[in-house]
Amino acid sequence: HSTDFEVHRNWLAITHSLPISQWYYEATSEWTLDYPPFFAWFEYILSHVAKYFDQEMLNVHNLNYSSSRTLLFQRFSVIFMDVLFVYAVRECCKCIDGKKVGKELTEKPKFILSVLLLWNFGLLIVDHIHFQYNGFLFGLMLLSIARLFQKRHMEGAFLFAVLLHFKHIYLYVAPAYGVYLLRSYCFTANKPDGSIRWKSFSFVRLISLGLVVFLVSALSLGPFLALNQLPQVFSRLFPFKRGLCHAYWAPNFWALYNALDKVLSVIGLKLKFLDPNNIPKASMTSGLVQQFQHTVLPSVTPLATLICTLIAILSLVLSPRLECGSAISAHRNLCLPWSSDSPPSASRVPGIQPSIFCLWFKPQGPRGFLRCLTLCALSSFMFGWHVHEKAILLAILPMSLLSVGKAGDASIFLILTTTGHYSLFPLLFTAPELPIKILLMLLFTIYSISSLKTLFRKEKPLFNWMETFYLLGLGPLEVCCEFVFPFTSWKVKYPFIPLLLTSVYCAVGITYAWFKLYVSVLIDPPIGKTKKQ
Amino acid sequence: MEKWYLMTVVVLIGLTVRWTVSLNSYSGAGKPPMFGDYEAQRHWQEITFNLPVKQWYFNSSDNNLQYWGLDYPPPTAYHSLLCAYVAKFINPDWIALHTSRGYESQAHKLFMRTTVLIADLLIYIPAVVLYCCCLKEISTKKKIANALCILLYPGLILIDYGHFQYNSVSLGFALWGVLGISCDCDLLGSLAFCLAINYKQMELYHALPFFCFLLGKCFKKGLKGKGFVLLVKLACIVVASFVLCWLPFFTEREQTLQVLRRLFPVDRGLFEDKVANIWCSFNVFLKIKDILPRHIQLIMSFCFTFLSLLPACIKLILQPSSKGFKFTLVSCALSFFLFSFQVHEKSILLVSLPVCLVLSEIPFMSTWFLLVSTFSMLPLLLKDELLMPSVVTTMAFFIACVTSFSIFEKTSEEELQLKSFSISVRKYLPCFTFLSRIIQYLFLISVITMVLLTLMTVTLGPPQKLPDLFSVLVCFVSCLNFLFFLVYFNIIIVWDSKSGRNQKKIS
Repeated sequence: HSTDFEVHRNWLAITHSLPISQWYYEATSEWTLDYPPFFAWFEYILSHVAKYFDQEMLNVHNLNYSSSRTLLFQRFSVIFMDVLFVYAVRECCKCIDGKKVGKELTEKPKFILSVLLLWNFGLLIVDHIHFQYNGFLFGLMLLSIARLFQKRHMEGAFLFAVLLHFKHIYLYVAPAYGVYLLRSYCFTANKPDGSIRWKSFSFVRLISLGLVVFLVSALSLGPFLALNQLPQVFSRLFPFKRGLCHAYWAPNFWALYNALDKVLSVIGLKLKFLDPNNIPKASMTSGLVQQFQHTVLPSVTPLATLICTLIAILSLVLSPRLECGSAISAHRNLCLPWSSDSPPSASRVPGIQPSIFCLWFKPQGPRGFLRCLTLCALSSFMFGWHVHEKAILLAILPMSLLSVGKAGDASIFLILTTTGHYSLFPLLFTAPELPIKILLMLLFTIYSISSLKTLFRKEKPLFNWMETFYLLGLGPLEVCCEFVFPFTSWKVKYPFIPLLLTSVYCAVGITYAWFKLYVSVLIDPPIGKTKKQ
Repeated sequence: MEKWYLMTVVVLIGLTVRWTVSLNSYSGAGKPPMFGDYEAQRHWQEITFNLPVKQWYFNSSDNNLQYWGLDYPPPTAYHSLLCAYVAKFINPDWIALHTSRGYESQAHKLFMRTTVLIADLLIYIPAVVLYCCCLKEISTKKKIANALCILLYPGLILIDYGHFQYNSVSLGFALWGVLGISCDCDLLGSLAFCLAINYKQMELYHALPFFCFLLGKCFKKGLKGKGFVLLVKLACIVVASFVLCWLPFFTEREQTLQVLRRLFPVDRGLFEDKVANIWCSFNVFLKIKDILPRHIQLIMSFCFTFLSLLPACIKLILQPSSKGFKFTLVSCALSFFLFSFQVHEKSILLVSLPVCLVLSEIPFMSTWFLLVSTFSMLPLLLKDELLMPSVVTTMAFFIACVTSFSIFEKTSEEELQLKSFSISVRKYLPCFTFLSRIIQYLFLISVITMVLLTLMTVTLGPPQKLPDLFSVLVCFVSCLNFLFFLVYFNIIIVWDSKSGRNQKKIS
């Protein structure tokens, strides 16, 4: 079983057998409790059902315990919690008004959307094969999005606040929520041209929003504040001691950065620019390690990633160079300490308004919020510190809602999901799982591509030749990595090559999708205007 | 077809379910000394690879026929040989003579499961897809839904991928045969069906309808002209394919006889284990197996089988139609299953295949039958620890059928194809108007019984005195259901063209 299976079993044991004051101190297992308190309470409730299945799994010292009853219970708990996800999908489908083309059920946007969400390959394998409880967490997120669509803002805010205290990875999309609620809920009216009407600000709404968030946080963190354990809780929640990337690089910007570093160092060695003795040993011999020492390019610190993420989200210094698509110059620009840059000003980039700004200056209703949310999630995936490849789901699922609405979004969605899902392949690495992951992936990919193509058949094709070529390239890549490579002599010498290839190949696609989404957010006219025209 | 992608999705769903089931346990896993069908297949690879063809079916020091001796026709053995060559390439230990007996490992399981999947992918699944595409008078959407339901049929999946057998090969060939004959490619169809018989002799259950339908076609074309030419061609094809399949064994008389003796083990008795047929169910009241001598049993079962399939076959010869052909396939196979000699519980799959083919015509009854057929194998599946996959796949299949055919709305007499029957009964019994309601109640009772029995078998231990109580009950209940279905299908077949004539009269 996967490590996450043991992680959750251990948490069941911790919450069941220890007092609250011990929850965030317990360290018998290396898989300490590192989710926010609501998730701990969730495990606590589960453990009271679990004791009827197998008492042994609730023992903290029973490391790596696994019986068939434990397995049954754990698997069923995930399936059971998915009910919330199904409900949320139903709510989302209600409030999405996509294109109306066919009369047949299978061609309706709602049907397609529900399949895209419910059969989502990534969620399916991460939750039900690998083992995690993402289903109901994403259920909460989708539900809160649906509530915002339905103009039930308070409820949406409450659900999101609860979600944050279940799993703090959702902090990545919190800026989108914050700005949207502030702009579209706290300001009750707009000027005719769509810009803000400052006088319409409603203090009551702001305070009630704040109160909701505060109360939820108080409920979650209050007990630990009373126990004076807050610093300990936070140190568990935000472990910055880990490396920039996982052992398997998540396919984001840093994967490209690392790969470039490797290529440069190899070239440098060949051309004798670099002294072989100065090169950190781990970087070339073992290939993929947690603490990655960059050879040529400057090493990246957590602060740098944080800044990059914030920049990507807020896009305060969106230099015109980024437009040229020159990735290297862009990253140099992003990674250098920004004090050397001249003070950022929006006037420097005429005609382009960045993502959060878009949400503020060009409010496009809930749809605009959804795009911004996706972009936040994707940007933090691109530049975050120690990002796990599973985090791509955070962008894929909200993006599904967008995909059935517009052809452009559908095209981005398909590139993003296909590459993002493919990058999850290393999660399942045993031979019996190989056919299942390939089959499920094919199932989802073929369905999503064909159904969206049918939905937008009257518009221009979803992919240009380059994108088609790239996506088709995933097939040969899989064949090389899983069927050919194990039989070559490189398997012993360079065991990391398949992972490296997968990671870099997917990183290209995801970066491309991110870039395309970014551009589309920036240049798209507000929906309201197009409708009027 | 514009909706090819939905068909691809359907096939992928079928494959995913198959592979997921195959991750479960197989028959006889970790149960020495005899193990199960999984070991039988592996053993055949060992035998066919290491011994010369002449010794395959003979008892010798290297080939103990008591330990899973080959008892299928030569093409099965060739298939094993082919798999053995692949196995040799991967790991020679898997098929080493003597020492590999009872070999089990994760890698080997993966290999064996893959061979099943490949065979299925090459033979059965394309046949199903093609069959559904060739269906007439229904919309594309219905065709795809039909393919989904056939591919999700849990019985075949559980036996092939759980229990471990290669039924999809023989059933697939039979399906190709049906496909060929219904598309008027009689020669190709009969060739495919000959392959099916030669892969598994149980396919003889389907042989009579094939024979009758082709004979009927010949008669229809006129025995003096085209019909005779067709008949000669068919005979040639059949003889040629048989000769080709049996070539190494036709060299000596003794070889042929020995293979035949292995294929039809008359001395194994009227039935083995627990089968949902008449003899086993009747055995509860009267121990026929012990009372009557062997040859009387043989004659008796032959007579019953012959009588029960006679009406349908005569009808088919006289009025060959591709719809009648499919129904006759069902009723003949069901007669064989219920009355013939030495039936296995897995033979119900031979009935299920033609029932799958009429799924779009009588969705309600077919779904019901397919559920019962899966249920009838419950004791076997429980023995193989396949409870969870059985429950899940059965539920998935049921939901797929209910949503794609909305079966509960299709219970009128017309949709059950019983219109003409009830009209003719009403001539004598005017108050006979409650047929469809009766059938609905029967369905309800049958499903409730099955669910209850499953729950009881799983949760309650059998009483001390009657250790087989639940499995006997399962067989008995299924047998009652099957008898009902036999009557039903025969009624449909016999009354079929009368409705046509009546309609003509009315019009």
